[in-house]
This record gives sequence, C-alpha cells and structure tokens, in this order.
Amino acid sequence: MNRRDALSRVALILGGTVVGANVFLEGCKPADKKATSATDFTPDDVAYLDEIAETIIPATDTPGAKAAKVGAFMTVMVKDCYEEKQQKTFREGMDKINDASEKKYDKAFMAITPQQRHELLVAIDNEQKDYGKKKKKDDPEHYFRLMKELTLLGYFTSEPGCTQALRYVETPGKYEGCIPYKKGDKAWAL
Amino acid sequence: MADNVFDAIVVGSGISGGWAAKELTEKGLKVIMLERGENIEHVKDYVNATKGPWEFPHRGGRTQKMIEDYPVLKRDYPLNEINLNYWVKDKECPYVEEKRFDWYRGYHVGGRSLMWGRQSYRLSDLDFTANARDGIAIDWPIRYRDIEPWYTYVEKFAGISGNKDGLPQLPDGHFLPPMEMNCVEKDVAARIKEHFKGSILMTIGRTANITVAHNGRTQCQYRNKCWLGCPFGAYFSTQSTTLPAAMKTGKLTLRPFSIVTKVLYDKNTKKATGVEVLDAETNQTYEYKAKVIFLCASSLNSTWVLFNSATDVWEGGLGSSSGELGHNVMDHHFRCGAGGIAEGYDDKYYFGRRPNGIYIPRFQNVPEDKKKRDFIRGFGYQGSASRDGWHRNVAELNIGSDLKNAISEPGPWTMGITAFGEILPYHENRITLDKSKKDKWGLPVLSFNCEIKDNELKMRKAMIDDAREMLEAAGMKNVKGFDNSYFMAMGIHEMGTARMGKDPKTSVLNSNNQVWDAKNVFVTDGAFMVSAACQNPSLTYMAMTARAADFAVKELKKGNL
Repeated sequence: MNRRDALSRVALILGGTVVGANVFLEGCKPADKKATSATDFTPDDVAYLDEIAETIIPATDTPGAKAAKVGAFMTVMVKDCYEEKQQKTFREGMDKINDASEKKYDKAFMAITPQQRHELLVAIDNEQKDYGKKKKKDDPEHYFRLMKELTLLGYFTSEPGCTQALRYVETPGKYEGCIPYKKGDKAWAL
Repeated sequence: MADNVFDAIVVGSGISGGWAAKELTEKGLKVIMLERGENIEHVKDYVNATKGPWEFPHRGGRTQKMIEDYPVLKRDYPLNEINLNYWVKDKECPYVEEKRFDWYRGYHVGGRSLMWGRQSYRLSDLDFTANARDGIAIDWPIRYRDIEPWYTYVEKFAGISGNKDGLPQLPDGHFLPPMEMNCVEKDVAARIKEHFKGSILMTIGRTANITVAHNGRTQCQYRNKCWLGCPFGAYFSTQSTTLPAAMKTGKLTLRPFSIVTKVLYDKNTKKATGVEVLDAETNQTYEYKAKVIFLCASSLNSTWVLFNSATDVWEGGLGSSSGELGHNVMDHHFRCGAGGIAEGYDDKYYFGRRPNGIYIPRFQNVPEDKKKRDFIRGFGYQGSASRDGWHRNVAELNIGSDLKNAISEPGPWTMGITAFGEILPYHENRITLDKSKKDKWGLPVLSFNCEIKDNELKMRKAMIDDAREMLEAAGMKNVKGFDNSYFMAMGIHEMGTARMGKDPKTSVLNSNNQVWDAKNVFVTDGAFMVSAACQNPSLTYMAMTARAADFAVKELKKGNL
C-alpha cells in the first residue's frame, strides 16, 4: 500500500467496515513476549481452520478457501500479527465453534456436513454482527469476526483468489479510465 | 590527484543529491557522491517489484516483530512487509521527541526518491512573495522568474506528466501527456467547475511518471507498485534517471555506507576543504577533499552535518551565525478531507492501476476566493475515485457462495480527497543536537521541538468543510468529512532549518544556496525552504539544485570558490 492507496483507503473506512483493515493501518500493539499455547497450531488445527474458511468462502466455479490454503495462512497471521489478547480470542473461538457443533449436532465440526457447517456458521456470524453493534471500544473483538476477516484477506490475496475469483493483471501496460462494466464481470485483483 | 581528492563532494543520493551529481559531472567536475546507507541497484535490487500478493507471508501487513522494531515507522502507512528494506531501521537511528515528530527516513542509495509520491508541482509568486506580504519570517531571496527556467530544465529531463491548466498560482510546466481521469472523476470535475463557476479546478495529478517513452526510459505500465522500485524505470528516481546520467560521464564515484559527520572548515580561507566520513560498516574515519560541497542529505540531516561542523569557530556549527540554523521546521499537514459514494456508475469500470490521482490546486486566499478565511495561505487536495473491492462490507450477506460471488465483483464507486496544507515557518519550531543520546555509530542525535499552531488548526477545519461542500456539490452521496489527526513530519515533506535569504543575519544560505559562512558549501535539499507553500516540494528541490550546480561551476571557473 503506497500513500495514494492509504489515502483512498480512508474513503473506504468512511463507508463503515473495512475487513482486515486493522492489519494494514492500525496494526496491533506490541505483544507481551511470553509464548502462549494459543499460537501452537497443529496440522489438525490447520485442517479445521481450512474447513471453517471453506464454509465462509466455498469452492464454486472457482476454488475455495481450502484450495487457497487459508487455514495455514490464518495460523501465520495469528502467530505473527495478532496481539496476545486477539490470539487468545481466536484460539478460544476455535473451541467455541466445535462446542456449538457438538451442542447442535452432537458431532464435532469436522464430522458434520457442509450444509450443517454453513448453518452453524451463519448463526455464529449473526451473533458476531449483533455483538459488533453493542461492542464498546475496549471490548475484545468477536472471534468469528477475526476468522472472517482473515479468511477474506487470505483468500482474495491468494494466487487462486487473485487469478481465478478475481482478475489479476500483473502488468496492465495502459490505463483506461472509463470502460463498460457488465454485472458478473469480476473485479480486478489489485 | 590523490584518490581522496575530488572537484566536488555530494552528500546524499536522493532527489537533490542525484541532481547535483548529474549536473556537476556533466559540467566536467570529478565528483564523489557519499551515501550513508547501502546501495540499491536499479532493477536488480527491486526484489519485490514483480511478486504477487500471495508471495508475502503476511500479504503486505505488519507483524508484531516489525511493530516492535520500528517505533516510528509504525505510526503510519509506511510500515509494511513489502518495501521494509527501503526504510531506515528506527532503532539504529534514534532521535529525541520533545514533541511528537514522525520522521520517516530512507537511508540507501536513491534515498526517498525510490519511495516518493511523485507529485510534481511548481511554486509560484503567490508562494515566493507570501512571507513578505504577510510580514512573516523573512522574504524569499528569489522570485518565480529566477527558478522558472530551471523548472523547465528539470521537467524536461525527469519527465513530468500533467495537464496545462493556466492557473497563476500553479504555473504550467513542460509536460508529457497527462494521465486520464476515470468516469467519476471526470464528472465530479465538470460539476465542480460548473457549481463554483470556474473558481475551483479539479485536474489530473502532475506526476513524475512518464506517460510516453522518454530519454531512453520505458513509459508507465500502470502497475501502481512504484514504491517497490520500477523495473521499467518509468518514474523519476535517482536510480532510473539522474544516476545513470552521472555515471555516463565517467566522472562520478559513488560511495555507499559513508556517513558524513562534518564539513571540514578552514577558518583562514573561510571555506570548506572537504568532509569527514565515518564508514558505516567498518567504523573507520576517512577524509575527502574538494573545492565544492553540496549538502543534499535531506533537510534535517544536512542541518545535522552543519551542527557538527566548524564548531571551533561557531559553537552552534557552520551556518549558525545567523541564529537560524535548525529553526523554521516545516512540513505539509494533511490526513483530513472528505469522501462519499458516487451513484449511477454501476455499468462503468476502468482498466489498469494508475499511480496518480486528481489534484485540486489551492483556491483559498487567491483573488477568485469568495470566502472570508480565518487563516492565511492555503491547501490543495489530492484524491481519486475507484470502485470498492473485496474489503467492503456487504451487510445483507453472511458467509458462503453468495458472499463470495458478491465481493468477487467490484462494489460501489467511492471518491475521497485529502488536503495538503501549508505550515508557516515558525522560528520556535526547531531542531537541536542532543549530545546525551547517541545512534548506532556513537553520533549525537537530533532533538525535535515542533508543532502546528492556530493557523494550521483553523485551516484544517476548512480543509474538511470545503471538501464536503465540493463533493456534495458534485452530487456525491453519504459525504462524510474526516480528520485522522496530524503530527509534524507525517507529510514526509520536512523543510526548513537552513533557510535562504538576502541577509546573513537572518538566513543560513544566500540566494544561490551557498552557506553565507562558507561559500563553497551549498545546501540544496528541503533545508533551504523559506516557506512551505502547499505543493509537494520535490520538483522545487530538483530545480534549485540544478540552478545552484550551474552557479557553482561558473563561480569555480571564475576562481571565486
């Protein structure tokens, strides 16, 4: 992001939610150095996060979040970029989703069908939205908001996301300020 | 000649240093350019310039480690994963903040010419006469007619694209073809022109990106990754433009890792004899000798060198006899304006990533201004319109294929504009040397005591109000003003601390950028600025550097230096 992008991002912020913007603009406050188990992710954790991400951004006629390796991306971001409080929120959120699945379907999240996962996460996303409306400035973020932000960021900046879900032109070679757009045309990746 | 003896020494390799090296070598001088940081070779060292976003583990964002390592850089957008090596390592180069001062530095060959915003505007006599008219600080010792041929000269070589708009307060230059405005910008420009009856103009930004092949460089490819270094050399930087020209003469020696610690001064001849260099890698000290010295180390660092020089004659350093060395620190204050949504353009889009936006030249406190202003001077706006991307919130959609499909398409058109305003030259805004604190090399550091005052604060209100009024007049919806707050130097346009003037009692430099107290020392970076105007300043440094180099060589030939 250069200065111009930083300035135009301001315009987006005006519109309300900028998903993932905190990573770019505000960053996070320096974390306490002590290691926490919250950032020790296992291969099972990555597989689990892949399925959460895939439920948020599923494969359609283009690859989904799992194919874009969003689960692994989330673990890198949580480990390197989150402050400790957010790491804890994220890790606890992973358990909460599984608990909610057990409660609703008597099965772990990994064992329920894609349709059940969708229903479960829609409900949690609604809860997240309600929480966001009431949230005070210093309240922790909702874990599912963090997961959703990371999924969208990870997916739309991934190679399949950029080149298949969006249109990626590395070297446009020219600028045309006004061309026709028809509904269904994909957005430019950058 | 001994191998440490040159005709001229150029301290710094950024926008000003690169021009000094080019001009002095092309005029036949044997020159050494001393750069405190590492070398960055054109194209070869632009290691991230062609990578996709997915090739960065944090997709360009910032890690906790980066935040801890860069206590200054983290304060605004410059801290990022993609061009991190172009920014100074804050902890190696600390400074003291009596008041908050956000100093974003680039210590490497090319300096901030690699990462600059490239907006290139001329100053006018509205600016050069401003101090005299307002009775503030001191008068500029030059007028537009003095610099005008040099603007043309540097524009022709650097390659500035832009539109001729015929405004007295923003003189037209020697331009390459302008970039295009997009659909929304064109319509907003037309509505502003109509609503304000021609008293406010919105035009395309004038930028140092070449829009046609120019002097052997390839035209802009519309990648908008300029600040990673351009593999096509399509924007002006030391690497793409001035350094190759200087190297071609066979008369330039470039020495990276060379921290100039002082100008060596001979009190008998009242001239400098050379500079002392601390090798940043080996900590060895060297001396280089020359007849002419150009300080182009960036505004505040050139003054730092002067603070450390000739202290046996003047306690405050070379150039301090006026009492003005280190004073009158300026920047441009910004980060406020307005934004809104443009409706009715859902069937329109654009192709390519234009590394440029729109510009609204200053319209306050000019004859056409209808408003009664409670501040002096003024501001211009920069901004752009674009369609939102996947970042946007789609309120009615939660998760799943509907969300994915919706945000894979472009969103609504939005437009935002941000003002860049003039900061007055306050004597009490000053830097000093703090010998109690040392950098990585054991050198004393700068201490900052600078702030914006009443005139700037009043101006900021107008910067928001006028932006809202314009966007509303242009038919934008949901227009909202914003002020993201400003601290000195966030504009990355540090100016002043060694101002030029007509009188050695009130200025550090004369009208030819010569230090009054050592006529073979020239300061041609932003330190010479007497007032800040509101235009992006780099083009003025280029022109003044070329002008001073021309003068220096003529004086040298006459035997006056």
